Amino acid sequence: MMKSKILRRLIPAALMVSGVMISGPAQAENYQKLVDADVQEFQAYFHKEFPDVKLADFADGVYALNEDARNQWKEMEEFPPYELDVEAGKALFNKPFANGKSLASCFPDGGAVRGKYPYFDEKRGEVVTLEMAINECRVENGEKAWPWKKGDLAKVSAYMAYISRGQKVDVKVKSKAAYDAYMKGKKFFYAKRGMLNMSCSGCHMEYTGRNLRAEIVSPALGHTTHFPVFRSKWGETGTLHKRYAGCNKNIGAKPFPAQSEEYRNLEFFQTVMSNGLEYNGPASRK
Amino acid sequence: MKIKASVQNNVASVKMLIPHPMETGRRKDQGGAIVPAKFITEVTATSGGDTVFHAELGPGVSKNPYLSFQFDGAKAGDVLKVSWVDSTGGSGNGEAAIAAM
Amino acid sequence: MGISRRDFCRTVAGSAASVAVLAMMPGDLMAKWSDKAFTANELDAAIAAKYGSLPIEDSSAIEIKAPEIAENGAFVPVTISTTIPGVTNISIFTPANFSPLVASFDVLPRMKPDVSFRMRMAKTANVVVIAQAGGKLYRTVREVKVTIGGCGG
Repeated sequence: MMKSKILRRLIPAALMVSGVMISGPAQAENYQKLVDADVQEFQAYFHKEFPDVKLADFADGVYALNEDARNQWKEMEEFPPYELDVEAGKALFNKPFANGKSLASCFPDGGAVRGKYPYFDEKRGEVVTLEMAINECRVENGEKAWPWKKGDLAKVSAYMAYISRGQKVDVKVKSKAAYDAYMKGKKFFYAKRGMLNMSCSGCHMEYTGRNLRAEIVSPALGHTTHFPVFRSKWGETGTLHKRYAGCNKNIGAKPFPAQSEEYRNLEFFQTVMSNGLEYNGPASRK
Repeated sequence: MKIKASVQNNVASVKMLIPHPMETGRRKDQGGAIVPAKFITEVTATSGGDTVFHAELGPGVSKNPYLSFQFDGAKAGDVLKVSWVDSTGGSGNGEAAIAAM
Repeated sequence: MGISRRDFCRTVAGSAASVAVLAMMPGDLMAKWSDKAFTANELDAAIAAKYGSLPIEDSSAIEIKAPEIAENGAFVPVTISTTIPGVTNISIFTPANFSPLVASFDVLPRMKPDVSFRMRMAKTANVVVIAQAGGKLYRTVREVKVTIGGCGG
């Protein structure tokens, strides 16, 4: 009962805000405030739903909510399957391109830059994600872009996530253009889609912690902190956009291409909603 | 393979992760053809001249086998050597120094 | 059946040598040793192939740590430990797999009777653990539920 009340408040608020955005004069300093208010409300919803779960623990998803699942995850953590990918990722990160440079040439701090992505690039007028930056580095240096969902890209992303563990999620939304991208992501999150006519929020807010057939639904809060993930189901490590596509397919919606504007804006919105949490990737998931 | 070994009160705790597909011989590839069986059948670990671990595995063991065990009479600096063989004649080995806890 | 591995190893001076011998042993000798038990596709046949006709009794002195509902049947984490004295072998079976014998661990003199690994389970089934001590087999059973996800993606 409570949940739908809160959600019904959130959705009109989103529409109201977008009304202001379209008609009113742009006041740059208000955007961050508006976003911060959204973050507060979003996180408050989860605190109310799960009063015993600490904010930081939402980064562990379902494992913060279900003991049997948590025990299995802890066991995987004894020797995580993604460790092999982190090692492979490190080698790939340092492997010279044909022109002598490497990914290490594009990223400072030895690649410990997870906390810098995603961000809204004002010059380019779009959201830049870590995976996008990795492939751009390759292409700029004469190499082919890696496939977006798994394989070498996922391994490098896993390595960079691993050495960035503990960095705080702190995504800024300063300009109107950034706010527009944020709002697109927000609308995507709350919009119903697909043959099953479901929204991200319907499952990952309203149904968090409950069973959808055999799945326990993860909280949207913390969704993007722990990627890329080694999913037992995939038997390998895959990226966030691979998961987005799979999830959309599950509700009978046509998935967007990995690194499409839609998914980048969604990632942007989702990451903003997790401001204050820490990056804890890569992670094992079922 | 990756081996983590540490010792406390002369008891060594060993965890290992062995990259291996552990193909059951029942999986079909994208083209619909059966992927032939290939799985680790035996893992052996020695330390200080003794065999401290010996296991037989079958296709029911998960991909990239994780194995964990403990043994007595160990001290920091001892070397643990691990070797495996699989059902198609493949093999591998690794070693690690046992670290103090 | 022939000479047991343990006896064979003992006749070769030193355990280090036995590892070298293992590496040198022709493929089919090793295959003969494990094959029958691992290729039996029925629980009782697998147990018999592994242990012969030793008597089995249920025991509460074997602990199986396993999930109630496995997150994913491809990676079911299991830890087995036992306080039964003189255990020389611990084997794990699950009847619903096409090869019910999953793994067999020799509890060697310096090794503690405690192992962890990850196994595959085709579907909800028992995990059957048999520990051999002397001429007797001790058994503990625990059910693990395995589901196929509803919205796994």
